Amino acid sequence: MVEYAEKKIDSISFGLFSPQEIKKISVTKIITPELYDREGYPVDGGLMDIRMGVIDPGLRCKTCSQKLKECPGHFGFMDLARPVIHINYMDRILDLLRISCRECGRFVLDDEKIQIHLKKLEVAEREKRTKDKRKIVREMVAKLKLAKKCSHCNAKQHKITLEKPSIVLEDSKRLTPTEIRGRLERIPDSDIICIGMNPAVARPEWMVLNVLPVPPVTIRPSITLESGERSEDDLTHKLSDIVRINQRLFENINAGAPEIIIEDLWDLLQYHITTFFDNAVAQLPVARHRSGQPLKTLTERIKSKEGRFRHNLAGKRVNYSARTVISPDPKIKFNEVGIPKSVAMELTIPEKVTEWNIDWLKEFIKKGPTMYPGANYVIRPDGKKKKITEDIVDVLLEELQSGYIVERHLMDGDISIFNRQPSLHRMSIMAHKIRILPGRSFRLNPAVCTPYNADFDGDEMNLHLPQTEEARAEAEILMIVQKHIISPKNGMNIIGSIEDAISGIYLLTKDVEFVKSKAVQLLISIGIFEKEKFSKFKENVSGSEIFSALLPEGIDFVGKSKDGESVIIKNSLLKKGTIDKVSIGEENGALIRSIYSKYGDEVGINFMSKVFKLGIVTLLELGFTTSISDSDLPPKVLEKNKKEVESAYKKVDELIQEYEGGKLEALPGNTIDETLEIRIVEVLNNVRNNIGKNVNSGIDEENNNSITMARSGAKGNMLNLSMMAACVGQQSMGGKRIKGGYRGRTLSLFKKGDIRPESKGFVDKGYKSGMKPTEYFFSAMTGRDALMDTALRTPKSGYLYRRLSSALQDLRIEYDGTVRDAEKTIIQFKYGDDGIDVAKSDGGTVNIKKIISQIKGK
Amino acid sequence: MAEEFNITKHSLVPEHSRLTEEERNSVLEEYNIKLNQLPVILQSDPAIESLKPEIGDVIKIIRDSPTNIKQEFFRVVVHG
Repeated sequence: MVEYAEKKIDSISFGLFSPQEIKKISVTKIITPELYDREGYPVDGGLMDIRMGVIDPGLRCKTCSQKLKECPGHFGFMDLARPVIHINYMDRILDLLRISCRECGRFVLDDEKIQIHLKKLEVAEREKRTKDKRKIVREMVAKLKLAKKCSHCNAKQHKITLEKPSIVLEDSKRLTPTEIRGRLERIPDSDIICIGMNPAVARPEWMVLNVLPVPPVTIRPSITLESGERSEDDLTHKLSDIVRINQRLFENINAGAPEIIIEDLWDLLQYHITTFFDNAVAQLPVARHRSGQPLKTLTERIKSKEGRFRHNLAGKRVNYSARTVISPDPKIKFNEVGIPKSVAMELTIPEKVTEWNIDWLKEFIKKGPTMYPGANYVIRPDGKKKKITEDIVDVLLEELQSGYIVERHLMDGDISIFNRQPSLHRMSIMAHKIRILPGRSFRLNPAVCTPYNADFDGDEMNLHLPQTEEARAEAEILMIVQKHIISPKNGMNIIGSIEDAISGIYLLTKDVEFVKSKAVQLLISIGIFEKEKFSKFKENVSGSEIFSALLPEGIDFVGKSKDGESVIIKNSLLKKGTIDKVSIGEENGALIRSIYSKYGDEVGINFMSKVFKLGIVTLLELGFTTSISDSDLPPKVLEKNKKEVESAYKKVDELIQEYEGGKLEALPGNTIDETLEIRIVEVLNNVRNNIGKNVNSGIDEENNNSITMARSGAKGNMLNLSMMAACVGQQSMGGKRIKGGYRGRTLSLFKKGDIRPESKGFVDKGYKSGMKPTEYFFSAMTGRDALMDTALRTPKSGYLYRRLSSALQDLRIEYDGTVRDAEKTIIQFKYGDDGIDVAKSDGGTVNIKKIISQIKGK
Repeated sequence: MAEEFNITKHSLVPEHSRLTEEERNSVLEEYNIKLNQLPVILQSDPAIESLKPEIGDVIKIIRDSPTNIKQEFFRVVVHG
């Protein structure tokens, strides 16, 4: 067991390491680029010196005498032959050089102004306006850069420029890091405060390194390849480069080599140290392995999606989870998820042994990991985990007693957390109860596809198993599906009946009658067993009566159906109207919300599950299919449509003639050309609408299931139907009729400047009769355009969402109704300006009339 | 020349007013906050130019809201 020391952090200060500090925290001085001696033992004073920590099992750290994984690692240091600029502080160094005097080291600002400036900073500090502090400093630096003369010693100031990445020029004469360090050293502490640095922990000259800290070996472990060869970490490679160059520089200086050679080596040292910190500096060649692959140095370890933060700290991987393809099962409940047996035998639930469940749990252990329902592990009270095998199963059964934990297989009713990416809202991750089913995919009720935005064209979903009682309780109380029926975005039910379930209920409540035995059979098949409900039935039972059997007691409801008829439920009996999408559909179901708000989520989800199943069994009973003959039109209607199209074409021709004859009058605010286009589009739109109306009134509704689906809101609408039966209509791109890709025409078989409907993408036929080649081409154009649009929009909106959620992630509604961020700064004085929890409102508003009438009763 | 355009009279500019010392303290007390926890408004903001605001003043803004007819909002005046 690991022991923890509890400590409270009082404050954190950020600063730079001084050379003295670097030496103080170091345990060794690195003097040789060699790593190991001939026996393969780390060399003292080398980069793998075991005083800096151990990475081999069995060895002990020479500093703290702890073993691998216990020793945290210790820093070493390296004396640099000549100072080198730390690349990440280049901007700051440049600022300091520009605003300080080259002679006396003071900031080129007279004492009086320094005092004023410090006062400003102090005020900002006191009022905790960190952003303002930065701004004040930035403004001062920008002003001082332009100074020509020192206000203290009157020395002339030269222009300092940077030749990227790290060569500093003063009036085209190069400043060496040694000179830079000298200048930074001269700046007095009292001036440094002015740019927001604290000289006690960060003197500016420390940004130019003359001692390099060498990170512990534990953060750059070498790996032993299969061949027994050692492969060193990228950081070690880079460090050995630095050691080698540093040594050569020392030798050359001591030997009194010419200045050019020394400078070259110095630049090389600067290059190696720069790439040690950041291997992606602009204008600098990237340091590479012998294989040509770029080295991953310090900055690359931290930065970006694959860096420490986003990859390792924000993105953790977990155990007790599963992922597989999903498929539908309308027979399971909304809040259930079907799990394949193979998954159920791999994932486990820890069950604490007590004297009351010991016999029950022994049965699991007896079955072991190979039989279902069995168990995989037994955990002893001392924390030892034992895998159940045939050899030790008897021993385990013998010693099992209270306090042991058995990791048993999943069973029906266990709680799990189910999720589909992208997790864009809270309904993307909900708790489901487990149901073990045959097969190899996760099964979910098609009605919960909407909140997950799932379909079954190969989607995969993740399952997690909470491992403690607390986690399971939270999941069941807060995350279970029925708690998320009402969406917090608009107060509508995001879960409801869909497709076939709506068709079924629509047909049932419309005008179906069953004999009593059949009606009872239907209800029993969906799990309604109450005899009292059946006793009310007469010889023939109407669909509304069957539906009413699902309603909870004492419900009164007045609503509308999709075509505007009223739906009346009185005392739990459907008196009038047909139930369709408006009553039980998703984002729509007024009846569902009314039951939900009156009886709560348990009754609500129960009702919805039953309705869904009833719809489906009704369809099974009645039979339901759709075919091409659904879009057959009587000859009279066909004739009417044909005339409609012909007269429209004639009208367009007349308009064109009028235009060519100069008789067309411009609409206000438009040119004549625009007017012609508007008038033509208007005519064509009318054709569409009129044909739609003809189809609507003329189509044979007898035994026409396509119409049933459209009328009930299950799938499709009358427009889709008339597109199949009669006329697809105008194809438009970007809100306009199709524009020509050829010069002055859409396709090469049309005349230039032809603006007749057929040449601009008007399809006067339906899908059933088939299109002309040109019409087909136009419809393919708009089809491809729509496809491209969605494909391009998805990643864009995804990135937009990422930025938005990062910016808003720690906003919350406080108990006083204000919206505040992590600093408790107020963002909104009242949530949404009205303080309403949308999920508990009536479509975003509070309907006081309704509440009063509910309180007053009938 | 036409007389200078007064933006505070524009229909899209909500009503800004300066709180007295007392009102300011009662606002801070109501929300149990310090001045720096309020949203900010720049001293140079054209909408409050005519109020001659000092740093640290609290400005009350009454604006239209799609969910609530009139909504009070408070901002503290800062440098800029």
